[in-house]
Amino acid sequence: MALLTFKGGVHPPDHKELSAGSPIKELEPPEQAVIPLSQHIGAPCSPAVEIGQEVRKGQLIGEPGGFVSAAVHASVSGKVVAMKDILNPMGRMVRSVVVQNDKKEEWAPLQDNPDYMKLSPDELKEKIKNAGIVGMGGATFPTHVKLSPPKEKPIDVVIINGAECEPYLTADHRLMVESPGEVLEGLKILMKVLGVNKGYVGIENNKPDAIEKMREAASSEPHIEIVALEVKYPQGAEKMLIKAITDREVPAGGLPMDVGVVVQNVGTAFAVYEACRYGKPLIERVVTVTGHGIANPSNFRARIGTPIRELIDAAGGFTQDAVKVVLGGPMMGFAVSDLEIPVTKGTSGVLVLSKSEYAPAEKFGPCIRCGRCIDACPMGLMPSMLSILSEKGFYEDTKEYNIFDCFECGTCTYVCPAKRPIVQLIRLAKMLVKR
Amino acid sequence: MAVAKKEQELIVSVSPHIRSEESTSRIMWTVTLSLLPAFAMAVYYFGPRAVYVTALCIVGSLFSEWLVQRMAGKEITIKDGSAFLTGVLLGLNMPSSVPFYIPLVASFVAVAITKQLFGGLGYNIFNPALIGRAFALITWPRAMTTWFTPTAAFMGMDATTTATPLGIMKEEGVQKLLEVFGDKMTLYTKLLIGYRAGSLGETSVIALLIGAAFLLYKRYISWHIPVSFLATVGVLTWIFGGKEGLFTGDPIVHLLSGGLMLGAWFMATDYVTCPSVKKGQIIFGIGCGFLTALIRLKAGYPEGVMFAILLMNCFTPLIDRNLKSRVFGARKEAGK
Repeated sequence: MALLTFKGGVHPPDHKELSAGSPIKELEPPEQAVIPLSQHIGAPCSPAVEIGQEVRKGQLIGEPGGFVSAAVHASVSGKVVAMKDILNPMGRMVRSVVVQNDKKEEWAPLQDNPDYMKLSPDELKEKIKNAGIVGMGGATFPTHVKLSPPKEKPIDVVIINGAECEPYLTADHRLMVESPGEVLEGLKILMKVLGVNKGYVGIENNKPDAIEKMREAASSEPHIEIVALEVKYPQGAEKMLIKAITDREVPAGGLPMDVGVVVQNVGTAFAVYEACRYGKPLIERVVTVTGHGIANPSNFRARIGTPIRELIDAAGGFTQDAVKVVLGGPMMGFAVSDLEIPVTKGTSGVLVLSKSEYAPAEKFGPCIRCGRCIDACPMGLMPSMLSILSEKGFYEDTKEYNIFDCFECGTCTYVCPAKRPIVQLIRLAKMLVKR
Repeated sequence: MAVAKKEQELIVSVSPHIRSEESTSRIMWTVTLSLLPAFAMAVYYFGPRAVYVTALCIVGSLFSEWLVQRMAGKEITIKDGSAFLTGVLLGLNMPSSVPFYIPLVASFVAVAITKQLFGGLGYNIFNPALIGRAFALITWPRAMTTWFTPTAAFMGMDATTTATPLGIMKEEGVQKLLEVFGDKMTLYTKLLIGYRAGSLGETSVIALLIGAAFLLYKRYISWHIPVSFLATVGVLTWIFGGKEGLFTGDPIVHLLSGGLMLGAWFMATDYVTCPSVKKGQIIFGIGCGFLTALIRLKAGYPEGVMFAILLMNCFTPLIDRNLKSRVFGARKEAGK
């Protein structure tokens, strides 16, 4: 069967080989877990614990600040020793709860549900909400909100995003290879919650073992299809994934629900299963630690709140020519200099780039109007014009070129031969233009 | 062999953190390289004068770029290959017989005026090499239309002046052209390999197509402009090009003659001065083809590729503005 895809996109070297063969290892829980009260899109949580209080693993420590918010739980057992503001990867300060690990690994009471599939859609959704699950591909949008579409938007398809189109990252890959059944159960739960009887798992074709495992697991599931996708960035962007699999186009400015689709990440599906089956809140996730700046690229299951320094050390530390630490993938991730920044629900990878592989912020030239960015833009925009208008300060005019349809995937900037900071100029214009 | 790293040594910048290997100067030098077959054929047919004229254009272009950038206090960018490429293209657009000052003045007009004074790379409205050539043609009409027959020998030896195939066709008709070349097949073959009078780099269609194929393979150009350009010229010259009524023209002679191949593959595809969206490029190519055929068939000049491209350059911003790329998920516009 022909591989499915979308129009545009680029083929950066994916370097998945660095960590794709490394099984997920349990990472030693940290001495101190630093757990931000805002790890999601939406209202921050308010603290549900006080300094000095003993907490157990999985205990609620952050009360959701509204409907579009996600609960936060202790990832280790121990004592709350501080509440402090820490820098998050995006450069903002977030209130965080610091739990001193007592190494007892005592769980808060969890509700086991061997018959979870017999629960009602609302009960399942409640469990997902209580577990504090968010989109784990990096967007961190609260999952229960995505599962509550308004009545006038009927949903008929659920897609599990196993594209993992960001180069280097292999967290979703490993999860699909090692726990295909759990991911699939997660999808079935999501389908039940939404009352949908068509489910897909979209996987880029550079993960043949994941495709095979998932197909095996889904062999007796008539309503679930595992589809192989062309390897192309940004194949895993929601709109591109939906286009590739269902040939539906999310309208400009719209959401997947406008075409009857809900997309969830592989890690999210896994977390949904654990929440519904074992009542387990989201306190750990798979993180790829990779790049040519890392001695032994690996995949870890790390507790939320583990400083990234511990992940880097567990992966053998830096190599001689490591120059840049990125949280997430190389196309959309955030570079950080503070290695005390903790793993959060959206941390799919810790990428350490070496001198030879990272793109220095070099001098850039004028746009030569080669059109490479236009051909590559998955949204069909004209990034060249947007960058020129923004560079010259004509921010208002960028609206004529549909600036708000840009989701900042960075494809234009990747291909630009003049090395123009196109996506950066677009972000600038987005901030300065009057909506 | 873990290495301790101070946090201060880590680089922080915004995404994306990786970039493709492509660069402006790599593009310029690669396009220059793709002109090597045409240049080699120019040297083969026209001897050392081909090297001499092209070298003058390159030197003139580089000097002009350096001069204006220096006077304007801008960064000197002569190493990016852009001015070099303009020089090469200009050289390939010159007759072999021009006196030394024409390449120099033409390259100054091309690079200093057409490119740098309009804002430098990326901001020029017109193709610099073509403006340089147009200026020279209007200023020195005789020198710019004095063609030597190709000799494949050294300069001066049995070189005689002659008219270009298009010139012969314009003045005396296609019958005369066949008399000069023999029969139809010989004519086509000679046009294909380039054994005819003309500008240095325009004569050998084979050599130009090799270069163009290389650029297509490297995806440095796409088919949209050249194919729509050539197809339009072919169709229009077939319909209107004959003396015996409609549909009696010889499109093959038209396609293989003049500066069409050089213009369609290497000049009309200039990134800066052509539309950036594919559908706009097709309009641009059709416009170039239409104007070329119009000038060749109805105007005073035997050849129209240069003016056609320059005129279409004017429309590039308008085309880009009106034929934007289709935005993903754009709703069908109602009643517009």
